Formats: sequence, structure tokens, C-alpha cells
Amino acid sequence: MSVVEVRRVSKSFGGNRVVDEVSFEVGAGDIFGLVGPNGAGKTTTIRMLMDIIKPDAGELRLFGEPLEEETKNRVGYLPEERGLYKKLTVTEVLTYLAALKDVPPGRAKSRAIELLQRTNMLPHQSKKIEELSRGMGQLIQFIATIIHDPDLVILDEPFSGLDPVNVFLLKEMIAELKGQGKAVILSTHLMNEVEELCDRILMINKGQAVLYGSLKEIKSQYRHNSIFVECDHLPEGLPGVLQVKDHGKHFELFLEDEVSPREVLNALLSQGVQVERFEVSTPSLAEIFVRVVKEGR
Amino acid sequence: MKKTLIILRHEFQQTIRRKSFLILTLAFPILVVLGFGVYQGVQHWYQPPPPRELKVGFVDQMGLFKEYADQSGLTFIRYPSEEEAKADLLAGEIREYFLIPADYLSTGLITRYTLERELEPPAEIRAGIRNFLLSNLLAGKLSPEMLKRVKTPLLLNSLRLEESGEVAAQQNPLLGFFMPYIFALLFMLSIFFTSGYLQQGVGEEKESRVVEILLSSVSAKQLLAGKVLGLGAAGLLQMVIWLVTIKLSVTVASINIPLLSQLSIPLGLLILAILYFILGYLLFAALLAGVSSIFPTARESSQWSAIFTVPAVVLPMMFISVIISHPEGILSRVLTLFPLTAPITAMLRLPSGALPVWEVALSLIILAGSVAGAMWAAAKVFRLCLLMYGQRPSLKELLRYVAEA
Repeated sequence: MSVVEVRRVSKSFGGNRVVDEVSFEVGAGDIFGLVGPNGAGKTTTIRMLMDIIKPDAGELRLFGEPLEEETKNRVGYLPEERGLYKKLTVTEVLTYLAALKDVPPGRAKSRAIELLQRTNMLPHQSKKIEELSRGMGQLIQFIATIIHDPDLVILDEPFSGLDPVNVFLLKEMIAELKGQGKAVILSTHLMNEVEELCDRILMINKGQAVLYGSLKEIKSQYRHNSIFVECDHLPEGLPGVLQVKDHGKHFELFLEDEVSPREVLNALLSQGVQVERFEVSTPSLAEIFVRVVKEGR
Repeated sequence: MKKTLIILRHEFQQTIRRKSFLILTLAFPILVVLGFGVYQGVQHWYQPPPPRELKVGFVDQMGLFKEYADQSGLTFIRYPSEEEAKADLLAGEIREYFLIPADYLSTGLITRYTLERELEPPAEIRAGIRNFLLSNLLAGKLSPEMLKRVKTPLLLNSLRLEESGEVAAQQNPLLGFFMPYIFALLFMLSIFFTSGYLQQGVGEEKESRVVEILLSSVSAKQLLAGKVLGLGAAGLLQMVIWLVTIKLSVTVASINIPLLSQLSIPLGLLILAILYFILGYLLFAALLAGVSSIFPTARESSQWSAIFTVPAVVLPMMFISVIISHPEGILSRVLTLFPLTAPITAMLRLPSGALPVWEVALSLIILAGSVAGAMWAAAKVFRLCLLMYGQRPSLKELLRYVAEA
């Protein structure tokens, strides 16, 4: 069963179509990337999922049901705009936000301690939010997002403003969520994060879905037929090679459409070339995005 | 419902922990206790100084003013000529002198000379001279009793009759005059501070973006209801503390100040006061919550909320003397029925007993209806505007939101 089902959902603000007939599904145990440049409509899509904004058209289902107030208890949301009650202590903020998700006080407390320990924040539990550094505040907010053990976790730009140590910690914890069979939606404009973490993605641009599916399939679909070779010397006139680009340390060989990389490797080896590295090039998500947007024009 | 209660409790706790709330809530009882303390201390320790004998010279060019040289606190000294009077004034022998010209009877004009700088003649001098002139003018023509009555012809005692012709229960002058002011003042303070906290809270949540997390857990309606009720509970607590303080300190103080023992706050008045407080608060809370969700910062929204708060305070305060002296006039009636001014106006009118039951009922019904309307509109605006940061919808857009949602 899909945790999230979005079908042809649209939303306009003042005549401006921010989300235009977007559809996608997210299953349990998925880390789903919602990718696109700033202003593409990611946050609006998420707010509609959270029932904060109502869509103009289309259908949204969580856990197989239409949105209701009760489903909010099974969802954790880390908004892009960060902030917490500055005057309250870490524990007060966490227990209040947990209570709003229907977590009983005792359970909220033990969960809070467990998660504070996990993030090395336990010594700060009695500090006021305003006394914490920005990064620490962000960790607390992440804890608040998952304190009620939600089945769906929506993270909007979770790594922005974090130092590398905390980025690593957060990535670990996201992987743990996946291991527990939770569905995770990761919204970001940073393509490398998505490549590292996500299984499936939806790429949107100007409110419209431009790419949707498993990351692997998308990448192979957009592969331009080329290979990277690092070797002592490169013989001239290899069969099936259209063009050679010298990148200094390595060469990039562009192949004819029907030629497979294996044939080229065989040719190289049969000519006695000392091959250090041989790699089928896959385009980065960023490259694919640029191509898709250009083609779309 | 459960989540509304959680928000209610949170907001209540946060409010009663605020320093400004504590100060305001406790300041009033402390002031009352201090006030009674100072009053009793003054009563006990302060002896008024013996009255000074003021010497006032006069030059009588008419030759009529010979007697009654001693009027309470003033001694009138006759001088044969203006020069001598002036010399004594400059020498400090007398405080001042005045001239009764020969044609006084036809003009009534008296010229007064003094070394003091004053805006107008002091009241006791004016009264003294008047009584001196009266006594001499009427000397021998009236009996002393008659003379006394001529000096003070009116000591007014007004009574109100019931429809049955019975004299209505005597109104305590203190209750009639002080209580409305005190009530209205406390009322205003409590309502505006509490709904001000609400506005500030919404503004802060909007600025810190916490509102986005909140809305991912509860609906805008639950959030609004929880906040309004939580802060209302805090305001009610404050009001109750103040009323209890008044009651207690009046009871204690009336041992020494007999006048106060007549001062009692009838139970019916108390219940109506609390009812008006609750409805008045709910109205302002809903309006201010709506306003604060529209504007990006708490500061900006508090400037705009003046649209509602200024008429609510300014109108009754501007017409306070009219309301108190003509509690059944048309202006008082209009202000009692108009929802924004109803709570304070009703508080001003209720203690005088001049508020008929039908008017109370009608004003409460109108007020309750306005509360429902304001809540409804606030919930709509709240939901739509809370997530707009930095941008402010135009009036036209706002009206459309309310109409559409």
C-alpha cells in the first residue's frame, strides 16, 4: 500500500499556477526525493499534503485515506522555515509539540530523552532554545519532527545550515527511518543530497512534474553513451568511438549508439593498453535537470 | 477538542508566567493595599495646621461697610485712604486690599490689589469678600438665620422615585461615582492586555515560523480556539484576583473607614461584570487574532489593531461624564448596544442601577452575536494568512478570503 498518493493536484495563488497537475506515490521504506529549484512548488505540494493548504483540484491520500485531522498524528514535518519558541526550554518545546501529536506525556518524555541522547543533545535539555546555536536548534527541530514516531516523515531542506558533522548524523538517522519502514519525503534543491539518499524522485520545475521514477532508471535513461578511461596511452581509431575528449588525467570516449562499452574495453585490452580505470559515465542529476529544463523550452 | 485543550493549557501557562502579566496582576492589589494604608496613616498621624489669620485691607469710599470685619479665617481692616493701605501692603502688614468705589451699588465693581501672582483669586478670599459685602449690605435688614441662609441658599439632596412612588434605595455616592471608573479601568486593562498578549503570541509564532509546525499538528480553528480560550482564562483569573482584592480590602478597611462599610458589590452586578468581561474579551481576542495573522510582525499588527481598540476605549471615556450623569440618555443607550463599546459602557451604567433588563439582555445578545461573527471571520483569515510571511494581502483580497473560505 502506498503511504502517499497524489493524483493530478493543482494549486494557484492569485492566478499564478504554483503546482500544476502533479502526481506521485511514496511507499513505506522509501526515501523519496522531491527535487527542483527554489520556487518550483515543492513547499506548496508539501503543505497540501499536510492539509495546511487545500488544493484547487486533484486528490491527496495518506495511508490510503483522504486527509483528516487525525492523519496529522502519523506525519512528521520539518518545515523549511526554521524556528521554535525561543523562551521555552528544549524539554518544554519537545513535550508540547509531542502533545499536539497526541503523544501521552510520559511517552513523550522518554522519547525525547532517547532522541536527545542519540543526537548528543541531552546535556542541553534544560536550556532555552534562544541559548542554543543555530545547528543545535535545527537538531531539536528534527527531534520534534520524529518524536511521535511518525509513519511518514517530510523533511524540507533538512541539511541547510548544518555543519558536516550534523549533516552526517542526520543522514544516518534518515537511513534508520528507512530501515524502520517509514516513508520519508526529502524536499531539496541540492541534487547531490538526493543522489546520495533517495531511491525514487519527483523532479518539478515551475509547478510541473518533469521527471518521476526510480533514480537508477532515470539515470540510465539519460545516460549519454560515453565512458571514462584512465590508461597509459590511448590508441588512435578505436572502432565505434565517435569522439575523444581529453580531461587531463582521463579521457572521455563518446560511442556510437549501437556500440556497447564492453566492445570498447575488449578492443583496448586486445591492443595491450594498460587500463587503470574504466567507467561507464552516468550523468549527475544536476546535468539531467539542466537538460530536461532546456529540452522543455 | 483534546488538542484545543492542550493549546489552551500551554497558552494559559505561558501567559501567567509572563513578567508583565504578573506585574499587572499584582500591581493593582498592592496599590489598593498601599492606598488604604496611606489613607489610614494620614488619618491617624496627620493633624491639620491651625488656620492662618489672613489680613485683608479695604478702602470704603461709600461709607457703608463698617461691621462683620471677621469672616471665617479672614480679618478685614479698614483704611481711610488708598495710600495708607498700599503702604501697609508693601510693608507686609496685610496680604492684600480692595477698593469699594462710591458708585459700588450701581456697578458692583470691586478692585483688588495684591502682591501675589495668581491665575485667579483664591476661592476662600473670593468667598470671604463676598460674605463680608453681603453681611454689610443686609446688616439690620434680616435676621441672622435669614442672613446665613442667603449666604448658602442651596444644599441639594436628589432622590429617585420608583414607578410605585417609593423612594428608590439610596445610592451610595462612592459606589455611584468611584466604582464605574474603577470597573471600567480594570476592565479595559485586563481585556486589552490579554488580547494584546494573544496578538503578540500569534505575531511571534508567525515570525519564528513555529506556526508551520503547529499547523502540521492541529487545524487553524483548533489553534485559534485554544489560544483565545487559554489567554481568556488567564485574563479571567486576573479579573477575579482584582475583584477579590477589592472585596477583601474594602472589608478590612471599612473597620476604620465607616463610609466604606456601605460599599458592597451586589452579586448580580458581579455576575454581569464577569459576563461582559468574557464576551468583551472574546470579541477583542477574535478581532486581534485575525489582525495579527494578517501582518508579518507583531509590531505592525499592534499598530493596526488600534482600529478596534481606540473606539472601544475612546468613545466611552470621551463621554464618561455624559454616561454617568445621563445614564438613560440616547448616547448611553447607543454605546451600550454597539458591541465594541458595550462592555465598558455597561460597566459605567450598571452600578447606577440605570440599566433596564431589556437593554442588558439586548446588548449581551448583540455582543454574543458579534463574538460569533468575529470568531468565524477570524478563523477564515487565520487559516489563509498565517503562512504568508512578509507579504500582506490587500483589503480586497481579505474580503475575498472571508467570502470564499
